[in-house]
Amino acid sequence: MSKKKAGNVWVFIEQDDGRIADVSLELVCKGRELAGQLGVKTEAVLLGQRVAGLAPRLHEYGCDNVFLAEDARLEHFSPLPYAKVILGLIHQHHPNIFLFGATAVGRSLAPRVASGKLAGLTADCTDLRIDSFEDKASGQVLPNKLMQIRPAFGGNIIATIVNTWDDPQMVTVREGVMRLDEPAAGRRGEVTPVAVSLEAADLVVSLVKRFKQEKEVNLKAAQIIVAGGYGVGTKENFQLIRQLAETIGGAVAASRAAVDAGWISHDHQVGQTGVTVRPRLYIACGISGSVQHRAGMSESAKILAINEDPGAPIFSVAHYGVVGDLNVVIPKLIKAYKARV
Amino acid sequence: MSLTILVFAKQVPDTKNITGKAMKDDGTVNRAALPAIFNPEDLNGVELALALRERYGGKVVVATMGPPAAANILRHALYMGADESILLTDRRFAGADTLATSYTLAAAARKAGPFDLVICGRQAIDGDTAQVGPQLAEKLNIPQLIYVAEVESVEAGRLRGRCLIDGGYEIIESPLPCLLTVVAEANVPRPAGARRLMQYKRAVTRSELLARHGGRDYEDANVLAEEEASLRRRGLWIHEWTAGDLAVDPNRIGMAGSPTKVKAIQSVVLTGKGSKQVPPTDEGIAGLVHELIAEHILS
Ligand SMILES: Cc1cc2nc3c(=O)[nH]c(=O)nc-3n(C[C@H](O)[C@H](O)[C@H](O)COP(=O)(O)OP(=O)(O)OC[C@H]3O[C@@H](n4cnc5c(N)ncnc54)[C@H](O)[C@@H]3O)c2cc1C
Ligand SMILES: Cc1cc2nc3c(=O)[nH]c(=O)nc-3n(C[C@H](O)[C@H](O)[C@H](O)COP(=O)(O)OP(=O)(O)OC[C@H]3O[C@@H](n4cnc5c(N)ncnc54)[C@H](O)[C@@H]3O)c2cc1C
Repeated sequence: MSKKKAGNVWVFIEQDDGRIADVSLELVCKGRELAGQLGVKTEAVLLGQRVAGLAPRLHEYGCDNVFLAEDARLEHFSPLPYAKVILGLIHQHHPNIFLFGATAVGRSLAPRVASGKLAGLTADCTDLRIDSFEDKASGQVLPNKLMQIRPAFGGNIIATIVNTWDDPQMVTVREGVMRLDEPAAGRRGEVTPVAVSLEAADLVVSLVKRFKQEKEVNLKAAQIIVAGGYGVGTKENFQLIRQLAETIGGAVAASRAAVDAGWISHDHQVGQTGVTVRPRLYIACGISGSVQHRAGMSESAKILAINEDPGAPIFSVAHYGVVGDLNVVIPKLIKAYKARV
Repeated sequence: MSLTILVFAKQVPDTKNITGKAMKDDGTVNRAALPAIFNPEDLNGVELALALRERYGGKVVVATMGPPAAANILRHALYMGADESILLTDRRFAGADTLATSYTLAAAARKAGPFDLVICGRQAIDGDTAQVGPQLAEKLNIPQLIYVAEVESVEAGRLRGRCLIDGGYEIIESPLPCLLTVVAEANVPRPAGARRLMQYKRAVTRSELLARHGGRDYEDANVLAEEEASLRRRGLWIHEWTAGDLAVDPNRIGMAGSPTKVKAIQSVVLTGKGSKQVPPTDEGIAGLVHELIAEHILS
């Protein structure tokens, strides 16, 4: 009896000017974990121009093999040529699982590829696990399927989604959601060059101009975060948040309401449409704790909430709660910290 | 120049005001328990289409796939200024994931087309995937511009748009026809026009017309044909297409055509982590700081 060989776990590597996106490395780490459970390999799919130098780094993070498609026409991401190259690879190698970052690039590319392959695609997963699945429609039990766990309905529900069709099982995952493990220095792997064949019809879209600003802060890397919300009241008063952050060595973050009010830039926004963080300590000041905000911070190791309203939902995810006026509480915190030892 | 534009819009449960049970036991949306609204970013899509029609001339058609009540958002699109509307409704469409949805929408676009431009919202607030736009572009075999915040120009068969990317934007140029997904930042959707509202509130689908006559069993074909012709003349006819009207493979629509299955749904219930109440006094705060330092949370 012949059994179909199990496909490998693939990760699309997003790179910009030769810098690998953090989310891609996070997904390599997750991919490696899944591949380990399934007894298959982890493989990277890397497209670009002069990007071969990135392969060793991918090996160190856990890739057994890197499919490398180098071509001047792939220098900047564009959905048509990228989807074409990747579809060709899928048809040739039949991966079992394919992970994409839920970035602007991933959200353009993954659906285009899934549609071309007639594969299922699950968006914005917050967790991925291997388990068996009983398909009620066919009555079949499918072993070793990928459980794709994601919020929907504006964060009001968490759904577990399973892909029941042919491989690959495709998903997108937000940046910062999966843990980045330490790379193993010196770990080696293979590189498989990919022949790129594109036609004029694949190259009709052109990039005229690109404007990209480096983020003002790297909230994901911060161990301590002090976040201010609409309860801070004014732009001037946001200084209080900055002072506390500076005193205790933390980074400054904000709710969307504070960003929308123009008190701070969007780079600092935590939540569903901002950054997902999991610091050692998250201090939420004058933040009510909407589902969208909690989506980005509820995994923090410790949460301290300061809010006037004892009924604010933020308290339900907090480990420490101070019911009171932040204008009074924050100066006391600063004072107490300065007076420590 | 003139542009023929097709806008896809979805009627969605208002996920900001959820009451009752959001999901049925089979993992599909319990639409009955949720107030239905026009997906916010699809209003931006309609607005963009109308603005382009004002700039370049042409025609705007708005289409939706959903239950019969989704005709309500089509009427709203007519109030805003759309020229024509199409309701795709059939029990066999139900339970579609994004792959089956984009397949069905593509079949409708082909039947209604050709179009110079297809416009979707960036994302629907229920499924929250933002996948239908790019998948639809693939199915139609046309280029896609996603997260469009502005259409700078349409000239000599090429469209130039400003698309949001992480931390900035890109100016992209694509030949027509192409597909755009539009973000909320793109514009402020116009409200329903008062005069148009008075006029188009009588716009109906075939099922709604039948219902006026007491239901599906109504048989006087002549009366129906006359009424339909009169409604069409006045622009009050909402096209209603079923799976049978589209050239679709029954195995690729609805639940049957959907590779992704919802295995389980959990409502997000806040679980108190047993938070420790700290009094807002000097002593209370000092105690908290000491505890955080002792536990190596603060240094
Ligand atoms: C699709 C979508 C995506 C979204 N994405 C995000 C996101 O990524 N991030 C995000 O944060 N939000 C997001 N939101 C918005 C979210 O729904 C809330 O509107 C927002 O988080 C509220 O911010 P807030 O808590 O600062 O303001 P509010 O809800 O207004 O809360 C202010 C709080 O401050 C308290 N307060 C007032 N004065 C004081 C005082 N002197 N001292 C102490 N406490 C005080 C009040 O009791 C109140 O609880 C999104 C919304 C949608 C629809
Ligand atoms: C809890 C839950 C989780 C889900 N997760 C997934 C998933 O991970 N993967 C998946 O493939 N499916 C998923 N689905 C199914 C998905 O919601 C449906 O396929 C839906 O029809 C379209 O997806 P969306 O709501 O995400 O739309 P989006 O892709 O976010 O919509 C983008 C745009 O496409 C257009 N559009 C979308 N639907 C329609 C329509 N019916 N009529 C007209 N225009 C439309 C609109 O312009 C809209 O703004 C999920 C459904 C639920 C209830």
